[in-house]
Amino acid sequence: MSNPLRIFVPVKRVIDFAVKVRVNAGKTDVDRNVKHSMNPFDEIAVEEAIRIKEKAPKTEVVAISCGSAKAQETLRTALAMGADRAVHVEVKDDSTLQPLAVAKLLEAYTNKEEKKPDLFILGKQAIDDDSNQTGQMLAGLLNWPQTTFASKVEFEGQSLKVTREIDGGLETVKTKMPAIITTDLRLNEPRYASLPNIMKAKKKPLVKITPEDLGVDISPRIQTLKVEEPPKREGGRKVGSVDELLDKLKNEAKVL
Amino acid sequence: MLANTARTFVKARPLFAQRFYATGAGANTLLVVEHKDGAISGATLNALTAATKLGGTVTALVAGGEDAVAQSIAKYAGVSKVLTASDASYSKNLPEDLAPLLVQVTKSNNFTHVFAGHTAVGKNVLPRVAALLDVAAVSDITGIESEDTFIRPIYAGNAIATVKSGDNVKIVTVRGTAFEAAQEAGNNAAVEAAPEVAKTGVTEWVGEEIQKSDRPDLGTANRVISGGRGMKNGENFKLLYDLADKMGAAVGASRAAVDAGFVDNSLQVGQTGKIVAPELYVAVGISGAIQHLAGMKDSKTIVAINKDADAPIFQVADYGLVEDLFKAVPEMTEKL
Repeated sequence: MSNPLRIFVPVKRVIDFAVKVRVNAGKTDVDRNVKHSMNPFDEIAVEEAIRIKEKAPKTEVVAISCGSAKAQETLRTALAMGADRAVHVEVKDDSTLQPLAVAKLLEAYTNKEEKKPDLFILGKQAIDDDSNQTGQMLAGLLNWPQTTFASKVEFEGQSLKVTREIDGGLETVKTKMPAIITTDLRLNEPRYASLPNIMKAKKKPLVKITPEDLGVDISPRIQTLKVEEPPKREGGRKVGSVDELLDKLKNEAKVL
Repeated sequence: MLANTARTFVKARPLFAQRFYATGAGANTLLVVEHKDGAISGATLNALTAATKLGGTVTALVAGGEDAVAQSIAKYAGVSKVLTASDASYSKNLPEDLAPLLVQVTKSNNFTHVFAGHTAVGKNVLPRVAALLDVAAVSDITGIESEDTFIRPIYAGNAIATVKSGDNVKIVTVRGTAFEAAQEAGNNAAVEAAPEVAKTGVTEWVGEEIQKSDRPDLGTANRVISGGRGMKNGENFKLLYDLADKMGAAVGASRAAVDAGFVDNSLQVGQTGKIVAPELYVAVGISGAIQHLAGMKDSKTIVAINKDADAPIFQVADYGLVEDLFKAVPEMTEKL
């Protein structure tokens, strides 16, 4: 691994995974006045970057978030976990910010920044739009290799060996840096930020830039025409015994 | 402005209106054929059905395959042409090489749509293609309203969005369980070679570990039995394997069971694992977290076996049995 290594970790502020989301009255979006947190896959990305830094202490970890002013809370969380500095690309209304626009912002920042990264580590998907696109798009724009859905990352000199979760099992690929990694759930167990680290994080550098500074057009390519509740299931019927269950499955549901 | 448009749209058409499909003289669709060991992936056949709903023509691209795969997809109804990129280096689906090929093929044939299954391969490659073409990608569609308007779940399936793409090429991955698999129909589409595109060679495929199983494939099985944390350990999954073998079912698992190391990751059903929609889904010792429900709540009949009568899984289960799984599951196996 090249030393010092620089890792950029994009993080997204999303509705907390435990919140049951509801469609708003106008059927234009979901109700966003609920608890938000860092996207769980991004926590795994931050954790992986910090573990790399723990093995190679000169490594610099830079957290980046594209979003409204509140994205800074998410960046502070990343700093508290151990990132060295943060970059906030402030977007006034982030409800229509789409993966292609985020990938372009990250590309533009990478090209503009003197201190270029060797690696990007992103979550494999955000749990709000469930797109699973940004890492792959960024890799395409930068023309860097991509190793998505990573469950194990190893360094071999200038090469990266990544084990990927694929349908039916695992696959291992080897590629060169600079590269893009996206994290799967199994990559690691993210740490909690300790109180002293949360306090320290408040003093770490956080710079703010805008899409205009980067010269990126972030207008949405996809328009959301409507958002609806999924069809409700008529669940809740209970049976008293295995015999009754098998009888219902055979004679009522006719699935056995 | 967005809100106004949406409101007009809702007013103009009743909710859950019967879908119309574009007659689509204009749609010119490229279908990316996923294959392994000479067999076409099930998800590709679902994506083919989705692609034919656009109207227009469907051209199938077989990259890195043996001729047999191209000959095979040529027989499916709705396929008007098959393009082959026979270089074996494509067979590992490395996105750094596959994406430039797809870009070149899309540009030189003026494809308006590129469709693939929302699989590990589709998810990996198509967004890269979209970025190279400077267009958006639409992931995991479950419905098609017209050539540019698609339906897709968001927030782990807790909301359903209708989205309209303004781009000239629509890059789309298709949720397999939302569309029937296309059938072979004695069609005989012409097979042609795709243009050659230089390889990057930047990424090297090292190896794979595929979980071997005689049971049906989890993603396409008619019956699925899944175990959760309540199974307590990996050995106890044998109870589920025995029941699954009696029922001809595939075995799945919740994230809790996978994280605890009871079973392999590839069995995970949920928002970040496999999405299944079998005729019968039996959830054993699974509480029913939002993330798990995202992967199975479109199943036709859901059965829950759990000793906790308040487990959320019972709210979606058609038949719930409140009982100790270690008693109920062997009893079911014996009585079937």
